[in-house]
Amino acid sequence: MTAATILSTGMSGNESMLFVKRLTKSFGDRQLFDINNLSLQPGTLYVLTGDNGSGKTTLLRILAGLEPADTLDMTFAGEATTAAYPPEWRQHIIHVHQHPYLFQSNVEANVAYGLTMRKVSAATRDVLVSEAIHWAGLDARRGVPPKRLSGGERQRLALARAKVLAPKLLLVDEPTANLDRHARPQIISLLQNMVAAQRTVVVACHDREIIDLPGVVRLDLIDGTLKT
Amino acid sequence: MELWAATQEALRLLFTGDPTLWGVVWISLKVSSMALLIATPLAVLVGFVLATVAFPGRRVVVVILQSFLSFPTVVVGLVLYVLLARSGPFGEMGLLYTQTAMILGQAIIAFPVLAAFTLASVQGADRIVHETAVSLGATPARAAVTTLFEVRFAVMAGLFNGFGRVISEVGCAMMVGGNIAGSTRNIPTAISLETAKGEFAQGIALGIVLIVMALVINGAFHTLQGEGQLK
Repeated sequence: MTAATILSTGMSGNESMLFVKRLTKSFGDRQLFDINNLSLQPGTLYVLTGDNGSGKTTLLRILAGLEPADTLDMTFAGEATTAAYPPEWRQHIIHVHQHPYLFQSNVEANVAYGLTMRKVSAATRDVLVSEAIHWAGLDARRGVPPKRLSGGERQRLALARAKVLAPKLLLVDEPTANLDRHARPQIISLLQNMVAAQRTVVVACHDREIIDLPGVVRLDLIDGTLKT
Repeated sequence: MELWAATQEALRLLFTGDPTLWGVVWISLKVSSMALLIATPLAVLVGFVLATVAFPGRRVVVVILQSFLSFPTVVVGLVLYVLLARSGPFGEMGLLYTQTAMILGQAIIAFPVLAAFTLASVQGADRIVHETAVSLGATPARAAVTTLFEVRFAVMAGLFNGFGRVISEVGCAMMVGGNIAGSTRNIPTAISLETAKGEFAQGIALGIVLIVMALVINGAFHTLQGEGQLK
């Protein structure tokens, strides 16, 4: 994947998972960003870099529909919007917070939450939950309450909780920021695994280990615009 | 010495299952539980809305709610008395000096406690709880339920606090209940009456029941809570 496919002006967006024709956001007088013609492809890992305060977190939140943009003209999976964020997109776009909030229950119930919201049958849910827990290497922690998990386990649980929903677009904010060097490779391999399954993954981070991964496309947020 | 003899008599009443004494305990439990059952759903809803929905006058409502926390129960009793008295607007319903009137009064007394605890606990819950639920596909209403569930221990603390306040209040129960033996005589009004008569034994026995109840309820709460609030 070359950078040219990411910021190719005039791209129709039909081939991409997500195509942002224009997205702007200001806080008061300050324009945070003005993004034009951003195209995200399936099966690609994007790393969103930029200085602290450049708006990486806000951009991910807007793409996840957690925060409104000032201007929003984008197409996701063939469906376009030029106004409000369509709530149904949230079924396929999952956001993982830098410090994920884990429900005060246990590992299993956390993974099952999104499936329950989607009214997936109990039998299917159990199978998918078991798969996702195994995927994240948390088999031995199934019934454990989140507060007893390590930092790495918490991040893996947050990823499993998102992965089980088979999102087309996964937005992850600083997944390795607070992890030690043993926990980070596990997170990175889970992200790569998602990409291998033809998901689009956008990770906001400063982590060189992720930025330097083969096949990664870097999106650099500088002075309110995206550069590759 | 008199106190010691009265305490011994109190213990005898308790352990021999004195029907009058335990009848009073039963009325107290029944009235206070019913009051909470009525007040809780609405109070939790009001607390949640105040914590999450911005509307003009919200701050005023919050201040009023919080000042009602320390509202004298005897004043609640007075207002309710005026409303329910034969000559009052609801006099024809014949509710004065009934358990229903006591339940109504205690529900009014418990309401601000429950609402204020819910308000504080939902405000304390990070915005991220709601966002996480929404991002995982919850509707706004379902996300609200999830948020409430995540702060359930704090809401429960309000419930136990509210119970503590109504089970021990005497002012309102006396005024609208009338302390009628076997009907509206509950623990606080019985203690008040027995002590006034100089009959300390039953007063002490009921006092012991109240204190044991407080211990049991708090013990149960902490067991339920487990490590829920430990970080």
